[in-house]
Amino acid sequence: MDYATLKIIWWLLVGVLLVGFAIMDGHDMGVGTLLPFVGKNDNERRVVINTVGPHWDGNQVWFITGGGAIFAAWPIVYATAFSGFYWAMLAVLWALFFRPVGFDYRSKINNATWRSTWDWGLFVGGAVPPLIFGVAFGNLLQGVPFGFDENLVSTYSGSFWQLLNPFALLTGVVSSAMITFHGGVYLSHRTEGVIQDRAIKASTIAAVVMMAAFTVAGVWLANNINGYVITSHIDPDQLANPLAKTVIREKGAWLANYHVMPWTMSLPVLGYAGALVALIALRLKKTLTAFVFSSLTIVGVIGTAGISMFPFIMPSSTMLSSSLTVWDSVSSKTTLGIMLVAAIIFVPTIVFYTSWAYRVMAGKVTLQFIKDHDHSAY
Amino acid sequence: MISDELVNLSRLQFAVTALYHFLFVPLTLGMVWILVVMESVYVMTGKTIYKDMTRFWGKLFGINFALGVTTGITMEFQFGTNWAYYSHYVGDVFGAPLAIEGLMAFFLESTFIGLFFFAWDRLSKPKHLMVTLLMAIGTNLSAMWILIANGWMQNPVGAEFNYTTMRMELTDFSAMLFNPDAQAKFVHTVSAGYVTASTFVLAISAWYLLKGRNVEFAKRSFRIAAAFGLASALSVIVLGDESGYTVGEAQQTKMAAIEAMWETEPAPAPFNLVAIPNEKLQKNDWSIQVPWLMGLIGTRSVSKQIPGIHEIKEKNRLRVLSGIEAVKALEIVRNHPENSSAKQLFEEHKKDLGFGLLLKQYTNDFNHVTPEQIDKAVNSTVPKVAPMFWGFRIMVFIGFMLLSLFAISFWASLKTRCEKMPWLLKWAFLMFPMPWIACEFGWFVAEYGRQPWTIYGVLPTHLSVSTLSPTSLYGSIGGFVGFYTLLLIVEVYLMVKFARQGPASLGTGRYEGEAELTHARA
Repeated sequence: MDYATLKIIWWLLVGVLLVGFAIMDGHDMGVGTLLPFVGKNDNERRVVINTVGPHWDGNQVWFITGGGAIFAAWPIVYATAFSGFYWAMLAVLWALFFRPVGFDYRSKINNATWRSTWDWGLFVGGAVPPLIFGVAFGNLLQGVPFGFDENLVSTYSGSFWQLLNPFALLTGVVSSAMITFHGGVYLSHRTEGVIQDRAIKASTIAAVVMMAAFTVAGVWLANNINGYVITSHIDPDQLANPLAKTVIREKGAWLANYHVMPWTMSLPVLGYAGALVALIALRLKKTLTAFVFSSLTIVGVIGTAGISMFPFIMPSSTMLSSSLTVWDSVSSKTTLGIMLVAAIIFVPTIVFYTSWAYRVMAGKVTLQFIKDHDHSAY
Repeated sequence: MISDELVNLSRLQFAVTALYHFLFVPLTLGMVWILVVMESVYVMTGKTIYKDMTRFWGKLFGINFALGVTTGITMEFQFGTNWAYYSHYVGDVFGAPLAIEGLMAFFLESTFIGLFFFAWDRLSKPKHLMVTLLMAIGTNLSAMWILIANGWMQNPVGAEFNYTTMRMELTDFSAMLFNPDAQAKFVHTVSAGYVTASTFVLAISAWYLLKGRNVEFAKRSFRIAAAFGLASALSVIVLGDESGYTVGEAQQTKMAAIEAMWETEPAPAPFNLVAIPNEKLQKNDWSIQVPWLMGLIGTRSVSKQIPGIHEIKEKNRLRVLSGIEAVKALEIVRNHPENSSAKQLFEEHKKDLGFGLLLKQYTNDFNHVTPEQIDKAVNSTVPKVAPMFWGFRIMVFIGFMLLSLFAISFWASLKTRCEKMPWLLKWAFLMFPMPWIACEFGWFVAEYGRQPWTIYGVLPTHLSVSTLSPTSLYGSIGGFVGFYTLLLIVEVYLMVKFARQGPASLGTGRYEGEAELTHARA
């Protein structure tokens, strides 16, 4: 397989891992976000927590593996993004701290203050990461202030507060609402009665917010945000060094791919269609169908962001030629090849045993279940 | 130039978060196997007490595991957040084992741990045992990939520098996988984990036996821990890291520092049992030597020489000089890839590029390097001797103490009279913190001993950092220390609480102390 093809495959694979993260860890995070609102008392909250109790840890590995895959496949993106977004990354990290301990420790002590403290911890662990990832995408779409010297040492010249600009906050809302919607759908599938009703209501509101914010962001992007274009000749087979190209900013450049490849319009369409079908399915209490379609929404929305920027991954707003693209931010051909083999073997294996784990734990989590498993349940 | 303050703070943050992470990892690595053993006995004999043992020790395992996961994410983030140049420079090589660890091992461990806790009444006995086993395999495979990555930092095989991409690139994946350094490290580290978990179970069981509570439960746990601990302690020591010290220059340098061996001694070299190393005069002020021993341990022969610190430094001086040529040639090649004489010069000196980069801490002008700067670079290639010397000895001393504890405990538990030997029980209980101390010193020796490099001979530590402001580092270190202290307090509180409750905390109605618990709850 030639280098250029491997580069494209790895762009798709990183996408698969990010989407996998958003669908799997995303529904836990959505459940965490909704926890304080759909569970009105301790037992109700334990029901909510135990819908994801056996699975959150496995799901979180989508995130860790996504990070690892970016490290291995796009080392310079990993280096530049993580160090540049230093405080944003630490905020994600510290929010995530609340999850393992929150899940495992919360119900080990029977004290109202203790438990409600951890409930809010789980809320933070569920709500903060999707918000920040959305904000990060908003900044990627606008370009990030960084540049390389000739040794490829990266320097970030922005600040944390600069990340919180209006457009990025809007994409943050898209991401938060999407994950909350998805988590609510999952919750409605695994619960019954009053908790289920509240979950359906919450995810309906979240879906509407998501579609509205997605629309505004799309219009904003088309009219007011300059995209980036590579102007020098690019040989897709070339060795990866981001400084070997020239780049300009251009109005409407982020829409170019949709003109060249009209079929890619199906991604934003999927973003809407998935949500609409999921909402109808929720009405009919076809909760599993709703979950499939809220997952497709995620594919559509993340795919839209990815395809708009392609081949850019992380454009630089201050040193345009330092921009990181699919062609020049990747690992060597050898590493990409080895990693591809690993992914082909293990991703299907993971999907296989994860679905087995869900089948084993299938069924509604009820108040009676919590009563029966007071010592062992979360 | 990168400020020393930034480098030191970045190192401090990594050291604090890594050492903290490794408070939880070794217990996880070993507990999974103890759980597998206990549950296997349950499946084979059908005796409920072994199920309760699996569930109770599993509960304590879970409390520990939660913090292992929490602090593990930090480690993965930190290469990117704080060691950006490192990530760029070696990500092509180093990133692969980390990603494969996620795909092959961490998913396995994390998916099945959920079923381990929650699927007791949803799976048949053999199926649940399979779940526990897969969790154990995942956990240990995870350690393997991490140690392959770490082993590569000590002995960077199977990779080459590419001047177009300005980074190290993988040339031979199997060389990295079968890096002898990584293998030695893997065996040593997981065995240390098994010892840690055995000590944990042994010490807490000893405490129940001292109190005379749930004796049957505690005796069985004690026996399993003693047997597993004895085998593991032997493995740690016999298959210890020492076997890896003959491989590669990083390890030779470490060994010279660990043994405070300034001069190359005629083979077989004597072993410094105790010494007072003098860094200024580069010699030992005083020492007790055992003839031959060092040569035998270090080379497994009577004829091979082990290089002393002075010899290593003189060799490194030649590499620094050659490295200066490499850095200069690289500068030309990067700007004029068509210049074939510079290219040839670079190829000749490429293997010493890392040694040239050491000088970047002192100068950016490679055409006018002073002899003092070269001396500084050469001297920096060997870590400080005293911390290495003593760190290693503390670890080894604890290793032997634990070996004797397990040997006696195993013998006593075979005779099934351990509950009548209060001195043994007290000793076992008091040894509780020892494996953690040994593990932390072990990692200190391994990582401090690699300085001044992040990748031995390839990338100096001071070039590896992210270009952040020291203020950011103060902030993040403060945050980590605050968070971690709080989490540690909560963890220890829960651990002590449930260890004290013992199997009564399962609420099965079969154990002493449960009535009081239910009463207190009501």
